[in-house]
This record gives sequence, structure tokens and C-alpha cells, in this order.
Amino acid sequence: MIRQEQCKVISQIKLAENIYELTLQGELVHEMKEPGQFVHLKISEGYDPMLRRPISIAEILPDESQFKMIYRAEGRGTALLSEKKPGDYTDVLGPLGNGFPISVAGRGETALLVGGGIGVPPLYELSKQLVNRGVKVIHVLGFQSASAVFYEEKFARQGETFVATADGSAGTKGFVTDVIKRLNIDFDVLYSCGPTPMLKALENQFPHKKVFLSLEERMGCGIGACFACVCHTGDDPEGYSYKKVCSDGPVFKAGEVVL
Amino acid sequence: MNSLNVSLPGLELKNPIMPASGCFGFGREFSQLYDLSKLGAIMIKATTLEPRFGNPTPRVAETSAGMLNAIGLQNPGLDKVVNEELVWLEQYDVPIIANVAGSQEEDYIAVARKISANRNVHALELNISCPNVKTGGMAFGTIPEIAKNLTKKVKEVSEVPVYVKLSPNVTNIVEMAKAAEDGGADGLTMINTLVGMRIDLKTGKPILANKSGGLSGPAIKPVALRMIYEVSQQVSLPIIGMGGIESAEDVIEYFYAGASAVAVGTANFIDPFVCPKIIDELPELIGKLGYENISECTGRSWNKFEKTSHYCS
Ligand SMILES: Cc1cc2nc3c(=O)[nH]c(=O)nc-3n(C[C@H](O)[C@H](O)[C@H](O)COP(=O)(O)OP(=O)(O)OC[C@H]3O[C@@H](n4cnc5c(N)ncnc54)[C@H](O)[C@@H]3O)c2cc1C
Ligand SMILES: Cc1cc2nc3c(=O)[nH]c(=O)nc-3n(C[C@H](O)[C@H](O)[C@H](O)COP(=O)(O)O)c2cc1C
Ligand code: FES
Repeated sequence: MIRQEQCKVISQIKLAENIYELTLQGELVHEMKEPGQFVHLKISEGYDPMLRRPISIAEILPDESQFKMIYRAEGRGTALLSEKKPGDYTDVLGPLGNGFPISVAGRGETALLVGGGIGVPPLYELSKQLVNRGVKVIHVLGFQSASAVFYEEKFARQGETFVATADGSAGTKGFVTDVIKRLNIDFDVLYSCGPTPMLKALENQFPHKKVFLSLEERMGCGIGACFACVCHTGDDPEGYSYKKVCSDGPVFKAGEVVL
Repeated sequence: MNSLNVSLPGLELKNPIMPASGCFGFGREFSQLYDLSKLGAIMIKATTLEPRFGNPTPRVAETSAGMLNAIGLQNPGLDKVVNEELVWLEQYDVPIIANVAGSQEEDYIAVARKISANRNVHALELNISCPNVKTGGMAFGTIPEIAKNLTKKVKEVSEVPVYVKLSPNVTNIVEMAKAAEDGGADGLTMINTLVGMRIDLKTGKPILANKSGGLSGPAIKPVALRMIYEVSQQVSLPIIGMGGIESAEDVIEYFYAGASAVAVGTANFIDPFVCPKIIDELPELIGKLGYENISECTGRSWNKFEKTSHYCS
């Protein structure tokens, strides 16, 4: 069930250049089920900014009624978010959307988790839940440069982890798709979140595999009422049928929607 | 007497608060959050004869105390709205106001005829003011003669009262309101969004794929208030006011300007519970102001007989 709650800031940690990890506490944590769902944050009272901001759930800690998000301080909203201190409150609407289907990967099977930049965070909760189910996980994480890398060790604790950077300052130089190709990684299911060109490349690279992609789109309501975040469906790319990224997604099976 | 009851053509409202068209879909999403029967009415998303996909994304952009949207009237089309959405909405004790849109006269007439025959639809809102469609929409809302003729034609086929939704993108709003009145409108709803634009500093190009979009939210409240203030004094039709409403105080301000009911749009995105919250807060505020019924507030800003209702004369 979707809830709106004033959640308490437990911690705010700078992980990398402009990248922050924010831990919030609230009862709505107990509504969070699937990895890949997101919350819609009203960052400040008043109109600066006015609209909510969608941020993925990076980790669910039900025992403490807490959850974590990892975000890049970029525009006005996320910059203000990075100023929140422990003890402050933030207005959270969520959990929203449909996350990654974890039951698609069976015990003993291998899941490949591919993340790009601020698309990496939701893969962490996904990885934890897959490992709990006895699924073997391999991570390929892409970043701009070494200064933007975060959570490498945490992912490595869950399973094999490869990092790629655009400038080669950490891990392999190049794109995540290059890494997958070069290492010839074999897998049963692929889950990915990141920039659209990356998702497109993965969709094309593995047309016969089970592939699930998490999309980003500018949002208004975040719950499916305003038609801001709509995309065409794969079986009717020019027609009237549509999916809403916020309420039908943000995770879709490859080919289900037009990227 | 209940302090929130309001009576308008075709609409016996338990309270004068309703979500504005396009900001509430067909109610399904919000029904997960609260009981829709609590609302005075629901203005559903614009319905066109054929399904519409709308504009490419990005379709929204934030502005100072407001937002731009260029959805482009996306909707599943008349048949689906009537056979699925309106049927689903019947489970709630709430009158529906159907927002009717099109790109040519025949479309409006066909939608109005069929949708007004639905027993749950208590009024039509004739959308002659959408800034986000290439053809039609805008001309109907900016040229008085065309607005009048369209209103007349729709009135001929509609089985329920017709409210004409006015565009603020005109030089003379009173003239447009009079045209709707001359065409036989039963009421007015105002205002729709103001055409605007924002430009991305990184790319140097407009943020919206449609380039321009409709401005809504608190930023447009003073524009709407001024227009309602003028129109309500010159036209004898009831007005459903909208534009940036987000509190019980805002509602009273709209009534004082000349509105007889209000709609809440953008604020639903910021606080999805805003409509029930306003409904809960209004009775106390009305009491504090010394009124028995909210209708007594209508037109107070220009009415020299304080506390007399504009429409009870
Ligand atoms: C489902 C989903 C999950 C997301 N998860 C994360 C995450 O875990 N970590 C993270 O750092 N970022 C995430 N994002 C992106 C994040 O929403 C944007 O970075 C953020 O909204 C930017 O707000 P701003 O005020 O800082 O930027 P501004 O550019 O000032 O924002 C202006 C407007 O554009 C919108 N906007 C700008 N960039 C984006 C974008 N990339 N996607 C969607 N809307 C955007 C804003 O929401 C706002 O309405 C996610 C986006 C979506 C749709
Ligand atoms: C995302 C969005 C979609 C809208 N769609 C419609 C529509 O389909 N038909 C219509 O008549 N008005 C539409 N509007 C205009 C609103 O109904 C309302 O007139 C306007 O937004 C002003 O009110 P507000 O400031 O409270 O949002 C839309 C507004 C928004 C923000
Ligand atoms: S953001 Fe409103 S429908 Fe998706």
C-alpha cells in the first residue's frame, strides 16, 4: 500500500563526489516489498522545489523500520536533500511502482546485475534478495570516473563485481556492455538500471535472454494519474497503447516498452 | 444545514471541492489512498472521440511555484472511458464532470452526446482551452464566435448541463465568458493553464519535447483570481474556479473572487491527500469567518451587500 509519511533522517553520508547515502526511518518501510520500487520525496516545504523527486530504494532494513537511498546531488532538489541532517524529517510518498521480479531467477541460477551511475543503487537491495533466495549474482557497475564509484565492496560481498569507468580511472575503461562481452559472462537472468542508451544496448545484446530494465522518466504525480511519464509499448510502437513508468514500471521486461 | 453543501446546475454537491481534470486521471490511483466518495465531484481526464497517445516526453517541467505540462490530452478514447472508467467510478457516491475535448466540432459533439448519456455524468466541462494540442483546442477557446457556436452545438446534444472551461491565454476573458453564456452554457470553469516555456541550460533547448506547455500551480493563482473577479461581475453563470489551490484559505479566496465551487489540480501531485484535507478544514474556517454556508462567500470581494449570496437572489 502507498503511504505518505514524515520520515526521520537517521544518517546522511557522502559516498563519492556528489553522491550521498540517506537513511530514513518510518512505518512505510513495512510496505516495501520488491527491490526496484521507488519513493517520491517532497524535499522542502513550500515551492523550492515544488514537485516531488523520485528516488529508488537502495536497501530495506525492516528490523529497524529504515531504508536507504543513494542519490547524486545535481539540481536544486537533490542539492537541498543533501543538506538534511540526522533528526530532520522528510515527506515521503511510497513505496511506488513495480520492482524487479526476483522469482524469475531460480535457486542455483545466475543473475547478472548491470548498473550505470545513479542506476546502481536499486541493484543493491535486489542483489541482497537474490542471494537470500540462493541465486548466484554477478555485478557489472559502470561509472563516469573513479571519484564517482560507490558501494563496490558492498556489492563484492554479495557476489563477483566488475567496475567499468568511462575514463578508465577505476576498473576497466569503457562501457558495461564491453565488460560483459569481454568476460563472456554467462547468466540466466539480467537485471539493469541506468541511462537509457545503456539499457538499449543491453536489450539489443541479449535478445533471447530474460532481461528486466528499470527506466527513468520525468514525473508529476508518481502514482499513475497525470500521464507525464508515459512510453509506447513494444507491440504497438506507434499506436495508442502505453505504459506509465511510475505505476506500470519503473521495471519492465525487455521489449515490453519502447526505450 | 451543512456548511459545505453547494447547489449548481446539474450538481448537488456535498462540498464544493473537486479534483481538476487531468490531475486525477479517472480516479483509480487516488482510490488506493482515500475514499473517493468524500469528494464533492470528480472532473475526469479529457476525453476525445478516438484514443490519443499525446505528446513525446519530457512532458513536465518544474517552474517557480508551478509546473509546465504538455501531456497532449492522452486518453483511452470515448468508448473505453464510457465502458470501463465510468462503469468503475459508479461504485462511488460522487458526481462526475466529464471533460470533453476534440480537434474539430464533430468530435466534441460526438463525445458530448454519448458521454452525457451516462447516468453518473452530471455535467460536462467543455475543454476549449487546452494549450497542448496542435489543432482545434486553442481556436475554440480564443475566438469568441467559435466558442459560442461550439457551446451551442454541444448544448443541443448534451443531456446534462454544460460548463465551458475558459483559457487564460486571451486578451479579453470577459468577452470569452460572454460568448459561452450566449452559446447557452450553464456554467464556467476557469482557468486552464497559461502557455509557457522553460529552457535547459545544458542543451540550450526547451525542456519539454513539445517545447511549450501549460503553466499551473500556485504561480497562476493571482491570474485566475483576477479573471474570476472580472467575469463573475459581468456574467450571471456560476463559476468553478481553479489555479494553484492548495488550502482551505485558497478556497475562500476563490469564493470571495466570485467562484461557487473550486477544483484542485497540481496540488494533488504534491500532497495526494490535499482534497480530503481541504474538505476537513473548511467547516471550521467558514465558522470562524461567520458564515453558515460557504456559498455566502461567493463574490464578497465585489459584492456591496456583504454576506448575501450571489446566487440566492
Ligand atoms: C524511478 C526513478 C528512480 C530514480 N532513482 C534515483 C536514485 O536512486 N538516485 C538518484 O540519484 N537519482 C534517481 N533518479 C533520478 C532523480 O529523480 C533525479 O536526479 C532528480 O529528480 C533530480 O532532481 P533535482 O531537483 O536535483 O534536479 P532538477 O534538474 O532541478 O529537476 C527538475 C525537474 O526534473 C526532474 N528530473 C531531473 N532529472 C531527472 C531524472 N534523471 N529522472 C527523472 N526526473 C528528473 C526532477 O524530478 C524535477 O521535476 C530516479 C528517477 C526515477 C524516475
Ligand atoms: C498534468 C496536467 C494535466 C491536465 N490535463 C487537463 C485536461 O485533460 N483537461 C483540462 O481541461 N485541463 C487539464 N489540466 C488543467 C487543470 O485542470 C487546471 O485547469 C489547471 O492545472 C489549473 O489548476 P491547478 O493550478 O490547480 O493545477 C491539466 C493540468 C495538469 C497540471
Ligand atoms: S508521473 Fe504521473 S502518471 Fe507517472
